[in-house]
Amino acid sequence: MPQGDKTIVAAESHKAEISRELTIPKLFCQQAKRYGKDRVAMREKEFGIWRPITWQDYFETVKYIALGLIQLGLKEGDKVAMIGDNRPEGLMAEMAALCARGVGVWLFQDCLMDEVRYIIDHSDAAFLVGEGQEEVDKALSILKDCPKLKKIIYDDPKGLRHYEQDCLISLKEVQQLGRELEKEKPELFDALIQKGHGEEIALLFYTSGTTALPKGALLSHHNMLSMGQHLMEIDPCQATDDYVSYLPFAWIGEQMMSISCGLQIGYTLNFPEAPETSQENIREIGPHVMFAPPRMYEQMTRTVQVKYLDASWLKRMFFKFATWVGYHYADFKFSKKSTPFYWQLLHGFVYATVQKKLKDHLGMSRVRNAYTGGAAMGPDHFRFFHSLGVNLKQIYGQTEVAGISVVHRSGDIKFDTVGHPIPGTEVRINEEGEILTRSPSVFKGYYKNPEATTKTLKDGWLYSGDKGFLDDDGHLVVFDRTKDVFTLKDGRPFAPQYLETRLKFSPYIKDAWVIGDRRDYLSAVMCIDYSVVSNWADQRKLNYTSYQELSQMPEVYELVEKQIRQANKDLPDVAKIHKFTNLYKEFDADDDELTRTRKLRRAFVEKRYKEIVEALYSNNRDSVHIDTLIKYEDGRQAHIVTDMRIIPITD
Amino acid sequence: MVGTAAVQKDDVILELKDVAMYFGKVAALVGASLQVRKGEIHSVIGPNGAGKTVMMNCISGLYRPQKGEIRFKGERVNDLKPYQRAERGMSRTFQKVEVFGGMTVLDNIRLGRHIHLKSGIMSGSIYAGKTAREEIENRKFIEEEIIDLLEIEHIRHKPVGMLPYGLQKRVELGRALALKPDLLILDEPLAGLNLEETEDMARFVLDVNEDPRWKITCLLVEHDMGVVMDLSHRVFVLNFGNTIMDGTPQEVQNNPEVIKAYLGEEDLYATRR
Repeated sequence: MPQGDKTIVAAESHKAEISRELTIPKLFCQQAKRYGKDRVAMREKEFGIWRPITWQDYFETVKYIALGLIQLGLKEGDKVAMIGDNRPEGLMAEMAALCARGVGVWLFQDCLMDEVRYIIDHSDAAFLVGEGQEEVDKALSILKDCPKLKKIIYDDPKGLRHYEQDCLISLKEVQQLGRELEKEKPELFDALIQKGHGEEIALLFYTSGTTALPKGALLSHHNMLSMGQHLMEIDPCQATDDYVSYLPFAWIGEQMMSISCGLQIGYTLNFPEAPETSQENIREIGPHVMFAPPRMYEQMTRTVQVKYLDASWLKRMFFKFATWVGYHYADFKFSKKSTPFYWQLLHGFVYATVQKKLKDHLGMSRVRNAYTGGAAMGPDHFRFFHSLGVNLKQIYGQTEVAGISVVHRSGDIKFDTVGHPIPGTEVRINEEGEILTRSPSVFKGYYKNPEATTKTLKDGWLYSGDKGFLDDDGHLVVFDRTKDVFTLKDGRPFAPQYLETRLKFSPYIKDAWVIGDRRDYLSAVMCIDYSVVSNWADQRKLNYTSYQELSQMPEVYELVEKQIRQANKDLPDVAKIHKFTNLYKEFDADDDELTRTRKLRRAFVEKRYKEIVEALYSNNRDSVHIDTLIKYEDGRQAHIVTDMRIIPITD
Repeated sequence: MVGTAAVQKDDVILELKDVAMYFGKVAALVGASLQVRKGEIHSVIGPNGAGKTVMMNCISGLYRPQKGEIRFKGERVNDLKPYQRAERGMSRTFQKVEVFGGMTVLDNIRLGRHIHLKSGIMSGSIYAGKTAREEIENRKFIEEEIIDLLEIEHIRHKPVGMLPYGLQKRVELGRALALKPDLLILDEPLAGLNLEETEDMARFVLDVNEDPRWKITCLLVEHDMGVVMDLSHRVFVLNFGNTIMDGTPQEVQNNPEVIKAYLGEEDLYATRR
């Protein structure tokens, strides 16, 4: 049954040699020396202009920050926490922490205070590198609960005029300290780099955890680098490629692209001007490789669908025709049949008229490989991108394998699978149907949590907690988190995410929550997409004042019902949604309903919306009364009173 | 009037002496006297219809007061047109946003720069010498100082009319700042904004007032007492065109007359606190 083959590891790697001794800082120094002033390592859009940072600049900044950290008292193995939007300084701080023989810990930019406090305290971080005032404020407010935190470093002084705490220091000052230290001990930096070994811990990564408190996964330099090496063996990138870094560094996928792969290949990392401009900036850059969770692709699909709804008659016709041709063309590829001549001709025509432009608007005109992973992606979204000619691939992985372990190969793509294991990786399914992985990238254990470590790591095998199986072609099919799999009325297992992603293919639906584990039928709680549905309502001259009111309008219920009927199509009766209601608010990570990567936390929402679930499964209720208090971040409260309707869907 | 005696003459950037404005027989402003000192945030408060906006319009030159004197940087400006006052370093925003809806954010802000454009038609037509230099300087100023400060990178090329109200207000502030004024008149910058936008706007006002690169004196008309009391160095209270008092936020809060003028409006007082 094991699919991965160890012999593949021995295959010649054509990029930087990844030995056990190699560390990320060593590789960084090699690459900086090789590319020097001639090549752009990073680019950031600032003040409306793309500004390049050469490898030389990158190297020097990192060097001085690293020495500065040492001057501030960083000891070997000390944790350096980082928080902030994607920007060169963030990555430089991480690299510097590694060079100074510290361990990097990333926090999500939108982490709430409790999460920040928990992670900083649990990780024993001695330094925190924040971006600006917002991060400094967060850090200062948790300072007294985290006595181990020594210094708070910031790089944007905006708004920090009146901050005079001793623990605050700017990144510029840190660099200055580093310069002074270099004058004293010019050999120190090189000595630090040479000291490192690949098996040492490089990063402490907190998993977002759909069920419990985040766990800190310890990843070594070799974990990270071998992961990148194996991915690059399958889908090689070139040093001239561009990559746009806009997803949180606290997500392992972004680390994998920016550090594991980026450093080995030496492609240019591009940083958007502001989080809001990333889509626009992606289009300006036209990256060659992309890696994003499904929600990003879902968002792109939605953008196209919404534009389609607003377009003129002629444009709609063209688009419809182009997607029709595109779907057929993609189906030929999926089934690995040769495409008949006339289909090629038609495809050429729609490519020139519609798809080329569309791809350009999505910033995908140069994309060689686009990956998605981290959650399930619906087949509809998947087919949509292939119909455009984007080589979108599913991956499967987790923080504990430093990124990914399984990926589609070009030309061998099935949209309900995640493909084959990458070289050097063995994948096995045990008796319970759990996916086990073994590879050089498997992590070292959870920080200060031996219990969880022994549960997850047995004889070098990583127990993922995900259910899956290998299909006839040796593709891995990931079913779902074990705890998220439903048992239907007829005893069949069923993944609610499958239905949820199908529902979310409709532009009107932002989120869906399917309920029905060991129950008579499936039902769903729907969250409408406010911007799309409000646009729709405006066109119909419907009056509403808020999300809450809009979501409860009978017309909107009809609209949502139509979308559910569409998703229900072709499904066996037990897997169809029989009742639904529209939630009065959107699911929000700040309310703990979603994880930071926007995965639904089922157990939590089930508890929180108990009365809604009850109403969905009682025979005679046609509405559920909601009377609740919502607490905003600033402490204000809002009283919400509404009646949510329960709509049965009958054939 | 409280506490104006100690003001030194050259510290005062704007001075109103006994200014009165009548619309027919309606007295909108009766003998208002005010001194705004350099570097201050000076707020003007009062119930609806108190004459606050009339006062601002008198200062910026939209209205000509029938009586009294307005001095800006020591110069009498009563007879100057609004654009002449702008040239002398005065700029303003409006209670109801007055932006060019069909133009982009960037164009709206650029418009505020017009008084700094000195090159002539000849060099403009061939885009050489002074024109090119000025353009680069202006671009730098707008991008690095204004767009970065107001965090409006993502809407740079969007037509202002399509933006939500909160952002339109920000754009209007951007245009006022583009003049690089010495005195900024803000007429209810927070009206109609939600909590987050209010906090942002208050931060921007503080930034331009305190940041050594700006150091702008602000004259602020506002209903949100929480913000007024937090931001202002001094507060001027008007009611039905009459001056009630001028003093520090502390003094104003403890003045019985002010409380009386606001009687029945405790809610207003408590907003967002």
